[in-house]
Amino acid sequence: MPSFVSYLIHTLFPPSVRLPDILLIDVGLVFGIIGIVVFLTKTGRWGSLWRDWLTTVDHKKIAVMYLIAALLMLFRGGVDALMIRAQLAAPGAHFMPASQYDEVFTTHGTIMIFFMAMPFIFALFNAVVPLMIGARDVAFPRLNAMSYWLFAMGAALFNVSFIIGGSPNAGWTAYPPYTGLAYNPGPGENYYFLALLIAGLGTTMTGINFLVTTIRMRAPGMTLMKMPMFVWSTMVTSALILFAFPPLTVALAMSLFDRLFGSSFFTLAHGGMPMMYVNLFWLFGHPEVYILVIPLFGVFSEVVATYSRKALFGYPLMVVSILAIMFLSYGTWVHHFFTMGAGPGVNAFFGLSTMLIAIPTGVKIFNWIFTMWGGRIQMTTAMLYQLAFIPTFVIGGATGVLLAVVPADYQFHNSYFLIAHFHNVIIGGTVFGLLSALYYWWPKMFGMKLNERQGRWAFWLFFIGFWVTFTPQYFLGLKGMTRRIYTYPAGFGWHQLNVISTVGALIMGAAFVVLVYNIVWSLRFGERDLTGDPWDGRTLEWALPSPVPEYNFARIPVVHERDAWWAMKQRGQSLAGSLRAEDVHDVEMPKNTPIPFLIGVSFFVMGFGMTFKWWPIAIIGFIGVILCLLFSGFDYDDHHHLKADVIRNTEASLGRLQG
Amino acid sequence: MFHQWVKRPYRKLMLVALVAGLFSAGCGQQYVMLDPAGPVGKSELHLMILASIAMAIVIAIVFVLFFYALIRFRDKPGNTAPYRPEWDGHKWLEIVWWVLPAVLLTVIAIPMVKTTYALDRIPKAKDPVVIDVTSLTWKWLFQYPGQHVATVNYAVIPAGEPVLFELTANSPMNAFWVPQLGGMEYTMPNRVLPLWLEASKPGTYWGRSAQFSGIGFEKMMFNVKAVSPAAFQAWAQNTHATASPMTMQDYKQLLKFNTVGNATYGGYPQDTFPTVASGFTLTGSGMYTIEHNKNGIKYLPMTMSTNR
Repeated sequence: MPSFVSYLIHTLFPPSVRLPDILLIDVGLVFGIIGIVVFLTKTGRWGSLWRDWLTTVDHKKIAVMYLIAALLMLFRGGVDALMIRAQLAAPGAHFMPASQYDEVFTTHGTIMIFFMAMPFIFALFNAVVPLMIGARDVAFPRLNAMSYWLFAMGAALFNVSFIIGGSPNAGWTAYPPYTGLAYNPGPGENYYFLALLIAGLGTTMTGINFLVTTIRMRAPGMTLMKMPMFVWSTMVTSALILFAFPPLTVALAMSLFDRLFGSSFFTLAHGGMPMMYVNLFWLFGHPEVYILVIPLFGVFSEVVATYSRKALFGYPLMVVSILAIMFLSYGTWVHHFFTMGAGPGVNAFFGLSTMLIAIPTGVKIFNWIFTMWGGRIQMTTAMLYQLAFIPTFVIGGATGVLLAVVPADYQFHNSYFLIAHFHNVIIGGTVFGLLSALYYWWPKMFGMKLNERQGRWAFWLFFIGFWVTFTPQYFLGLKGMTRRIYTYPAGFGWHQLNVISTVGALIMGAAFVVLVYNIVWSLRFGERDLTGDPWDGRTLEWALPSPVPEYNFARIPVVHERDAWWAMKQRGQSLAGSLRAEDVHDVEMPKNTPIPFLIGVSFFVMGFGMTFKWWPIAIIGFIGVILCLLFSGFDYDDHHHLKADVIRNTEASLGRLQG
Repeated sequence: MFHQWVKRPYRKLMLVALVAGLFSAGCGQQYVMLDPAGPVGKSELHLMILASIAMAIVIAIVFVLFFYALIRFRDKPGNTAPYRPEWDGHKWLEIVWWVLPAVLLTVIAIPMVKTTYALDRIPKAKDPVVIDVTSLTWKWLFQYPGQHVATVNYAVIPAGEPVLFELTANSPMNAFWVPQLGGMEYTMPNRVLPLWLEASKPGTYWGRSAQFSGIGFEKMMFNVKAVSPAAFQAWAQNTHATASPMTMQDYKQLLKFNTVGNATYGGYPQDTFPTVASGFTLTGSGMYTIEHNKNGIKYLPMTMSTNR
């Protein structure tokens, strides 16, 4: 018995998770969990938690859960980033052990991409896409909940790694053979592969769900060329997900087999081919960067039109360019490894295809500028992020073209020039876009505006912090500093630039604090949105009250023009005014179900068991998954009818019923 | 030819930009990518500058339009700029910004393709010095099949002539990079990738691994010492004659997961470097076999039937 206990302690709490900072976090987590349990019990909210959140299939609530998860992960990833910057601030520093540094940059990258940006994007999809297309929910509400719980449990599995067993430490790309057992015996990489497999399943299902939703669920009259650009970007992103995630799944599963079952797909011994992993990973990875940015292209197209009080410029070409980006993005993956010995023909081809993708992207930039041209630009916080995005993204895109020049990439590859470039486009494109969307759609999601003054503070801190952090990194790259180095000797001239970069990271950290304060303050004191249309919007979601009632539309609107809501307002109509009591009918709504939550928990148990090769636990989780699927397959009681009277009462109380 | 007429003006621009921007920081020579010491690094730098100028033009155009629109069309009381809420397209403008980036990218693309091919062919030289490079955990092993010597964590090369590095790994992947001589190439287990570099004049150039490979990775630094060809021959012969050869036991010691200092050997055991290489350098196509014999080494193009 004591030997079993010592085995448990040795396996679950190896020295790598017994560092003082991690122990401190352990204590904090224990108290935090106790606090939450006590709070829920004292205020009697367990039932409400279960009914309103854990079992919900309502896309608007799922959006809120995605958003909370994304902000938590932004915090975690941001703390990782600050730790990296602290370690690099001085030559020869030992702020933390090298092994911990390797874990921190790995979790920083993985979390920011898979567990911050992706769920944040899905929060936006869920929050507004059904509203924009005049639908009552997504095509498959239960699948939608399942997507969320698979993501959440994948994220949870990934995050427990740093307190139980040890974090992954091979970088977010996890190139073999370093991820093989010969070099990486701990459970960290198992966590990585399993967490991404589980979350990836959820992502793939989200892709299917929103592809079907945008194709099949649009209101009558909303033809493809009348869809808001954000809906276009959702459709394109979903299609990208559908075809990009299978190669990732294959690559992760094969790596996992190498580790768990002794296969040799990518190992150093027995003729493994690590190169094949690199191909599979980037076959996913390049479309993935467009998965991360195209939704925000959609956001910017909405935001710039709304706050310029003008129609989007060149809509048909915006659609063409987004489709061009979608197709081209599948043909550029080799540019992530020009330096792996492909011949000059292959390298030149992928260099050219990468340059080609800059053309439609450039077209979008010009169209956004000309949307502002002849408009009336309102400097709201959401618009500030848009205005910061255009110059930032152009510079990031330009350095991207430099990297696409094959011989130049032989030098730039894996240097800090590359690091600066992809932060320039991912923060300048994706994160600015996410924050713009947060301020833009917050009133729709929560029924109150985020305070603008505080928002501007957060914006300026974030924007300045961003440039202070990443400009020096371009120069560090030119000075030959390579990524993922734990520390560096003095004498290369890297010190001052690193200090500046660290200062910038601290400014960005301050911006995050202001952002959180802004959210918390606004939840309590923020200006309520009583009209449902605080920005004088253009698309259908602004026709609805804020927050939106469960059934979204009391009566499904009929669409005649591109910016449907703007056109209705121009004609002096509104959905609200024209709603008569006899137009309201019973509505069929999806019914809450615990299955998605339970299947998520089962996957977590299975993943945890497999991480430590504790097969009985893994099998229990697997059986849970199968039972959930079986039960769900034969559960025909999946919807309920919302009575017309209930809807009439709700609409009347909002003052939206005629007579 | 395009190369030639664009080269001169941008050289001057480059000088102005570099002198103003970088030397003001007081340590211009530390910008290793901008201070190449050989033809490979130089041709890569030329492309960087050409592309930077083309991109600067794009950035300038976008910034002018953007800031003009931003200032002119702000929603301020008394703004007299025309307000055209329904203006949503203009055919010729839209054609212009499909064509403009395409033209600028073509300007970059043509020399890019040329240089990509050029860098993949080692310039004609009779019997270039070949160095077989193996990345180990966390150290670099350099073997000289022609000179029968080996070094750890440093290499000596003749200046003024191209040197062929054949790269492999007996470790996780790494990337072999000597920034002042030219761009990097990965070292991968079970593969041999070629990379040619040349130092124009004698000197010591630092290199490092550019691909993460574990906790000792940042210590995978090495120096490349370029000396005159005569001094190189003298060094090789002297080393082969005086330094003790590497035994299989020594090699196994190097396979351990640790960092070590520099070492020099007057020989090394066979079969510590793969004999089948893939790459396009030298032969111009596909896979080739490296045949070691007493006259030096030969490169035999591989066909399917001679496979092993």
